[in-house]
Amino acid sequence: MCRLFALTSRDPVSPMRAIDALNVMKEGHDGSGVGLFLSGLGGPWEELKEYPILSGIFTEDGLVQVFDYMAKKGFQSKFSVTFKPDIEPPVGTPKRGTYASIAYKVPDDWKGLTKEQADRNLVQTRLNLRAMGEEGGDIMVFSFWPDTIMIKEVGDPLAIAEYLKLDREELYARHILAQGRQNTNYAINLYACHPFFIEGISTMTNGENTAFVPIREYLMSRGVTGYQGYQSDSEVFTHIAHFATRKLGLDISSYKHVITPMNDEEMADHPDREFLVSLKRSCRKLIIDGPNCVIGCLPDGSMFMAQDRKKLRPGVVGGNPELGIYGFSSEICGLNAAIPDRDRTKDFQPMHLDTAIVGPDCREVLQCSQKDPLRLRH
Amino acid sequence: MLSERPITPSTLSRKDLPWQIKWDINTCTKCGRCTSVCPVNAIELGVFRKRDVKPPMGLSAKPTTEFSTFYGIRQRTDPAYACIGCAMCNMVCPNNAIEPTRQYDSTTLQFQNNRGGQPRTRGGRRNNSESLLDQLKFIRISMLTDPALDAGRHEFEMRTLLGRVLSPEAELQCFRDNGWKPPVREIYPLVIGGMSFGALSPNMWEGLQMGVAYLNEELNMPVRMCTGEGGCPPRLLRSRFLKYVILQIASGYFGWDEIIHAIPDMKEDPCAIEIKYGQGAKPGDGGLLMWYKVNKLIAAIRGVPKGVSLPSPPTHQTKYSIEEAVAKMIQSMSMAWGFRVPVYPKISASSTSLAVLNNLVRNPYAAGLAIDGEDGGTGAAYNVSMNHMGHPIASNLRDCYKALCVAGAQNEIPLIAGGGIGKHGNLAANAGALIMLGASMVQIGKYVMQAGAGCLGSEKDRCNVCNIGVCPKGITSQDPRVYRRLDPEKVAERVVDFYLSFDTELRKVFAPLGRSTSLPVGMSDALGISDKDAADRLDIKYVI
Ligand code: SF4
Ligand code: SF4
Repeated sequence: MCRLFALTSRDPVSPMRAIDALNVMKEGHDGSGVGLFLSGLGGPWEELKEYPILSGIFTEDGLVQVFDYMAKKGFQSKFSVTFKPDIEPPVGTPKRGTYASIAYKVPDDWKGLTKEQADRNLVQTRLNLRAMGEEGGDIMVFSFWPDTIMIKEVGDPLAIAEYLKLDREELYARHILAQGRQNTNYAINLYACHPFFIEGISTMTNGENTAFVPIREYLMSRGVTGYQGYQSDSEVFTHIAHFATRKLGLDISSYKHVITPMNDEEMADHPDREFLVSLKRSCRKLIIDGPNCVIGCLPDGSMFMAQDRKKLRPGVVGGNPELGIYGFSSEICGLNAAIPDRDRTKDFQPMHLDTAIVGPDCREVLQCSQKDPLRLRH
Repeated sequence: MLSERPITPSTLSRKDLPWQIKWDINTCTKCGRCTSVCPVNAIELGVFRKRDVKPPMGLSAKPTTEFSTFYGIRQRTDPAYACIGCAMCNMVCPNNAIEPTRQYDSTTLQFQNNRGGQPRTRGGRRNNSESLLDQLKFIRISMLTDPALDAGRHEFEMRTLLGRVLSPEAELQCFRDNGWKPPVREIYPLVIGGMSFGALSPNMWEGLQMGVAYLNEELNMPVRMCTGEGGCPPRLLRSRFLKYVILQIASGYFGWDEIIHAIPDMKEDPCAIEIKYGQGAKPGDGGLLMWYKVNKLIAAIRGVPKGVSLPSPPTHQTKYSIEEAVAKMIQSMSMAWGFRVPVYPKISASSTSLAVLNNLVRNPYAAGLAIDGEDGGTGAAYNVSMNHMGHPIASNLRDCYKALCVAGAQNEIPLIAGGGIGKHGNLAANAGALIMLGASMVQIGKYVMQAGAGCLGSEKDRCNVCNIGVCPKGITSQDPRVYRRLDPEKVAERVVDFYLSFDTELRKVFAPLGRSTSLPVGMSDALGISDKDAADRLDIKYVI
């Protein structure tokens, strides 16, 4: 089963901290892969916040194709961090070529576009590149978004981290999602590796989403650019978070009302009962069923954790407000390894009604229960 | 019997009949109960004369002949009185001296049961024992990454929505604007499908209503029952139990007067209105409520003279097209209850189901679509309609669900599937499979009669005399001498029993698939079938 670890910190930290936590939790995963989402980037990226960063893996040919394509579309590359390992990859990891993160200036003719249109164009660009890569196998793109880098690879997380030198300063970030293990239910495919990403929203999940097929069908029928792919049953969690926050304009504390609505008794004396009933009915297709723990990060840098209603998967949030660092872990040992210096009595394990949120300021764990009155909607 | 008796085209021997009466002279007490109970007069008391030749020993004395007479049971061979295998004779016989047995190699009666130039009509079922639903397997058992749930311990949400469900965007918009929202009911996904008050006996009806009321009020299971066409007893219309009832109004408007007159006095809104355009068992044809069953009460409710046959029209003559009919009737029925009651059409599964669905997607008042497959039950219809018309439910439902997926409206127009569910007793498995193929709920009719009231009908043309008012169990008769056999309290008890066991079984299906907090509507990855063509057609896994 997947192991999940997320860090959110006021100052950029090395992704190795998250990888080490994964390694401590190794008992539960087979070391078959790793996925990383980094945002709130430090180092050289601090100055480049508004430029979308294309991250992926490219062969020589692939890089040429990407440069051609992007130039033709009017993108100008501003800065890039590429990494081409010169040592032999660890056992089980294929030799792939260049791992690159390239920041672009968007085409001038995007100036008049609304934010929504521009965002959609970014997603479309990523999808176009992905589609190009699927033909020849030369391009793999995981994200194309400002202040965001994604890395995915098959193999043992620690070995991969050493192989890809993830301790590099260019990869220091304030918000890190890390997941250990490749897809086991379906074919091994880098796109199936968590975390998943769309328009600044990234989530990762453990457990199996048994409602995958109906949810996938529903999302695909929404006509939203980017709701596609679905190599993994967990990808839908990201898209539901996107749908709930971006398309429906709900607050992230409502995410849980969408994926795991309360039952009638729990809802009976809720101040927002009427709203919740209608939300439950219209979003019935998005109800998840399965022992899942979802950890995600939003465009503003806030991080959250929610469990399914049965809460068969543990998950814990804890940290140190003085140091301004919080961890979200699927196992408590991971948290102990990454942030040993914290008040453990303040650790929070969200139960079946809770969502734990840590804002970008990393000062406290906000505990929302579904029983609480709703927070203001956007 | 004379050796030179005339042989006509329809002269049959006992051997030609599919059901044979075995009668045992030694255990028969000659009480005569069997002949008096036989619904079709297939047996009669007979006087038999027997000649015994007694040859004495030796050569001198001549043999003597003795004649004896005895009384017994004779099976008639007239096709009009052929035994239907109901076994009522056995049920009343104190010694089990008589019973019907099936003779499978005899098909002769099939060629003879259209007498007087009249094609055979019958009540009952399709008489085809194939069932695709029974072939479907649930293959997606969660074992490793997702431990199976405990059907007995976990929380299960077993309710479904009947009514037009808005898309999330529209719902939020509506909430913000405080606008009109289509009515939606949360109900149990197994609905008792439309069986009319004319088709069923008052005792059966009462039993069902009591069972449904008990399930709702004592067991908190929001089970709903549809009335079938032809109105509803006035007392029910004015009672608080109306909320458990889906009123069916046929395109022929039978019984509509009674309903409309009761509207001002209604204490509760009905659960929903079902507009019947077609039934699974006789698509494109109306039902036959034959004169035997049109007694004073039925005649009054339907607004017709007593004792006339009531073949209900397939659609009303004033309807120009199905689009117009669906749109107008949905609109006017919605208006009748102030847009507070979900209104949806029921059609027989056919190659045009998609067209109807298409109309509904664009009709904001349409609350669902009930699709009735070829195995769907019926009060009565022509043999040929019942045996040969109609579309299997699984593929029809699947097409409709997939069309909704393309339109992005899945579950926004709930699909209600019916037809052959639980045909061989596998109610929960069949219902579960249909839900996974895309039904929001399923409806059953025959299963209720068989499990709830002990209907004798089978897929082997057993009984099936529902249309002529002689139902041996009193389920489909309007004759008090017959229907008083049926105890409504017991019917209610049985209905409750099988609903509860259905509920447990459904959990036993859903739990291993890892589903418990919502119905797995459209969870097609859970299904497999060992028939390649069927797998391709239904877009599910092919497993052998
Ligand atoms: S089985 Fe039914 S129809 Fe046949 S003889 Fe007995 S009572 Fe009559
Ligand atoms: S028992 Fe009654 S309802 Fe059942 S098949 Fe016979 S006549 Fe019809």
